[in-house]
Amino acid sequence: MNINATLIGQAIWFALFIWITMKYVWPPLQKAMADRQAQIADGLAAAERGKHEQELAAKRSADALREAKEKSSDLIAQAEKRAQQIVEEAKGTAKVEADKVVAGAKAEIDQEVERAKQVLRERVAELAVAGAEKILRKEINASAHADMLVALKQDL
Amino acid sequence: MSADGGTLTTTGYIEHHLTNLAVCADSAKVDGVCTGFWTFHLDTLLVSGILGLVVFGFMALMASRATAGVPSGGQNFVEMVVGLVDQQVRDTFHGKSALVTPLAITIFVWVFVMNAMDLIPVDFLPTALQAATGNHHLPFKFVPTTDPNLTFAMSLTVFAISIFMGLKVKGFGHFMHEVFAVPFGLKMAPVNLLFRIVEEIARPISLSLRLFGNMYAGEMVFILIALLGIYQLPLALPWELFHILIITLQAFVFMMLTIVYMSMAAESH
Repeated sequence: MNINATLIGQAIWFALFIWITMKYVWPPLQKAMADRQAQIADGLAAAERGKHEQELAAKRSADALREAKEKSSDLIAQAEKRAQQIVEEAKGTAKVEADKVVAGAKAEIDQEVERAKQVLRERVAELAVAGAEKILRKEINASAHADMLVALKQDL
Repeated sequence: MSADGGTLTTTGYIEHHLTNLAVCADSAKVDGVCTGFWTFHLDTLLVSGILGLVVFGFMALMASRATAGVPSGGQNFVEMVVGLVDQQVRDTFHGKSALVTPLAITIFVWVFVMNAMDLIPVDFLPTALQAATGNHHLPFKFVPTTDPNLTFAMSLTVFAISIFMGLKVKGFGHFMHEVFAVPFGLKMAPVNLLFRIVEEIARPISLSLRLFGNMYAGEMVFILIALLGIYQLPLALPWELFHILIITLQAFVFMMLTIVYMSMAAESH
């Protein structure tokens, strides 16, 4: 074991290898590793963001669904109510119309009855006059008794 | 054991395995062994340099193709190693520096691959090299971290960087104040300075000797096991498995302590 000039040579080798590592090995590797680290971090952050967004979207869609359900049940109730109303209204109108028709018919019937009565009265008076004429042909003057007949007609 | 016709003794075998392939740039030679300072251990320099060029070349290639998208297998592996080191730096070093993480990555990866040479059975590569060169006495140590020159080179470089970082982060005035006034105040400046010097010297020495000692001892055990002939088979495997732990741990400890020293240099006491 003796120290000699080999030491100088080794120091030169050592310095050369330090220089190579410092210039050609470490900087590109450090950059590549740092870049990859950044990429991985970005990827993880993006995944996290995506997950969060998906959760939000799921919540939003559930909200929308619930809202739509509420709205549709509202609409159905409203429609049912309206239908009932229409039926009710139609019933009322029909009743009024029917009443009107019934009343009209009744009035017509009454009129007809009145007219028939009138005709009958006249016929009865005529028949009575005709009978009386036949019976009292000789002495009874139709025109002389007309007043009496009119009064009689009024009584009937 | 290399078959060399009985000339090789046990001591010779061990010594041969612990001898570096040295080249003397000056003429200080004793019995054909270089003793001067201007001696270069070719094996340490070549093995550590080639390993470093291969792994850091591979890492630079992977880094140049790096994408932020799905990583390829190679990129993923490099990122895993680099990410592990970076995590340690983040946990320990709280300042801002473009140097600390690359420094820690370099130390961990380089020390680990150099230590990992220990897992190749002790005679494989030297024997192959001897066969290739035709020189059957060629010494060649294939584990660079068993050479204190390498561990000291690394720890002294770390030491220099930590001083430089202290000066840069704190500024010269603050740094000098810390040297002379911590921990006993300005009145005890010489004592403070002494403490500081001891502290600063102890760090690189302990850092380099820890790695060197562990690897040298591990290599020594491998050599001793290899001397057992056929009985090395049941022994080499457990030691090899255990050594996987040691080489990783030593690389990690060297890196971790470097980060700690850097953070101590960059933070105020």
